[in-house]
Amino acid sequence: MRVAISTPEAVEAAAARRIEAVVLGASAGGFEALMGVLKGLPSTYPMPLAVVLHLPEGHDSKLAELFGYRLALKVREARDKESLQAGTLYFAPSGYHLSIETDRSFSLSCEERVNYARPAIDILFSSAADAYGKSLAGILLTGANYDGAAGMSGMQVAGALTIVQDPATAEVSTMPEAALRRMTPDLILPLAQINSLLQRLGQTS
Amino acid sequence: MPQAAAADIEMRLLLEAVYAKYSHDFRDYSGASLKRRVQHALLQLDCATISELQSKVLHDPHTFQQLLQILTIPFTEMFRDPGYWLALRQQVVPLLRTYPSLKVWVAGCATGEEVFSLAILLQEEGLLERTMIYATDINPVVLEKARQGIFAINAVRQHTANYQNAGGKRAFSDYYSAAYNAARFDPDLIRNVTFADHSLATDTVFSETHFISCRNVLIYFNRALQDRAFGLFHESLCHRGFLGLGSKESLDFSRFADQFEPVSRRDRLFRKA
Repeated sequence: MRVAISTPEAVEAAAARRIEAVVLGASAGGFEALMGVLKGLPSTYPMPLAVVLHLPEGHDSKLAELFGYRLALKVREARDKESLQAGTLYFAPSGYHLSIETDRSFSLSCEERVNYARPAIDILFSSAADAYGKSLAGILLTGANYDGAAGMSGMQVAGALTIVQDPATAEVSTMPEAALRRMTPDLILPLAQINSLLQRLGQTS
Repeated sequence: MPQAAAADIEMRLLLEAVYAKYSHDFRDYSGASLKRRVQHALLQLDCATISELQSKVLHDPHTFQQLLQILTIPFTEMFRDPGYWLALRQQVVPLLRTYPSLKVWVAGCATGEEVFSLAILLQEEGLLERTMIYATDINPVVLEKARQGIFAINAVRQHTANYQNAGGKRAFSDYYSAAYNAARFDPDLIRNVTFADHSLATDTVFSETHFISCRNVLIYFNRALQDRAFGLFHESLCHRGFLGLGSKESLDFSRFADQFEPVSRRDRLFRKA
């Protein structure tokens, strides 16, 4: 799938938005992609960030540790009923869906898999859209399945800022392409530009 | 977004209707998951709107029973999170052994996998004879299924590794007989189990207990309802009684946080302080 990268004007318009939370979804190739998008964000970053990264189920994930070593952000596994805090990157625990409630706290659930995944990106994205509406930014990265496409549509309906990794730059393009077949995001960008947009959103928000 | 607002109102009204008509109280369940379940119900029960579902539920008890199956989430397995069962065996059982008789409460037992897991563990530890187990749930259909003790053979085979990692002392297949695609567990395991309809949202404590296992139930509750449930557990547990939670559940955000102390924080086993 060939798509046009967003124009500098579109990026400018997005960077001026007031954003209160960022949600990210990634699957195959997601570790490096997430590092590329999150590197350099300071511990004083004024928003919370929540991530679903697909991993094989059944063992406790070490994601928070692995990212914590490499990032200035506080990094934690999201806990049930915990309120989202600025400057903190939260990972969905292995084997549980992660939702954001309208009071902006997390909840976990063991509902059936969605798109064969638990945690599912769609569930995080849809619930975040209900909680934050247009003050949400949602970012969908590399992956080898269709998770996140429905969630991106839901975020768009709620007025959130939607960003899809340029499939040409994705390690596995299936997931960003699935989203692009379903909706037209505000921005289609390579990782480095998503990173600089997040830096700028941190200054305006 | 007027549309979203309408759906929020419909949701509130549906939950009020369900409570008023059937006394099942979902009003303090976590909103995000509940919304997904209701959306799922709209598809399954062929309703265009939540209002339509509400009308059907109010006028047709059978539709309510169908809705109840969708709203309650019976996702469970035998010896789920083996570390929990191992810690229970190694750190809690030696203390439970000191009581002449035991009362155990499996709250939110769903289709019974936890009940049979616990019965097997207690049998291997020589405690089953003197233990009374109360297994409760709000859903009569899953309680009936739990009483049967029949599970899909594929699932049971997958859970064999759980049993072994949980410190199981025999061959897991000793406990069930396989026929067709089903594994029927030894009914003798549950001869001291009382299955009962009980709601953590609306009912009160029914017995003093020494150990309560309530796993992956509280995550579906908001904080207020979690606190109500912890309050019931605190009241039911005897002095220094034990509480086991799901692998990602905690008392950290509860007002009962300082009324329990960890036995094994990692394995979510706590003790009344």
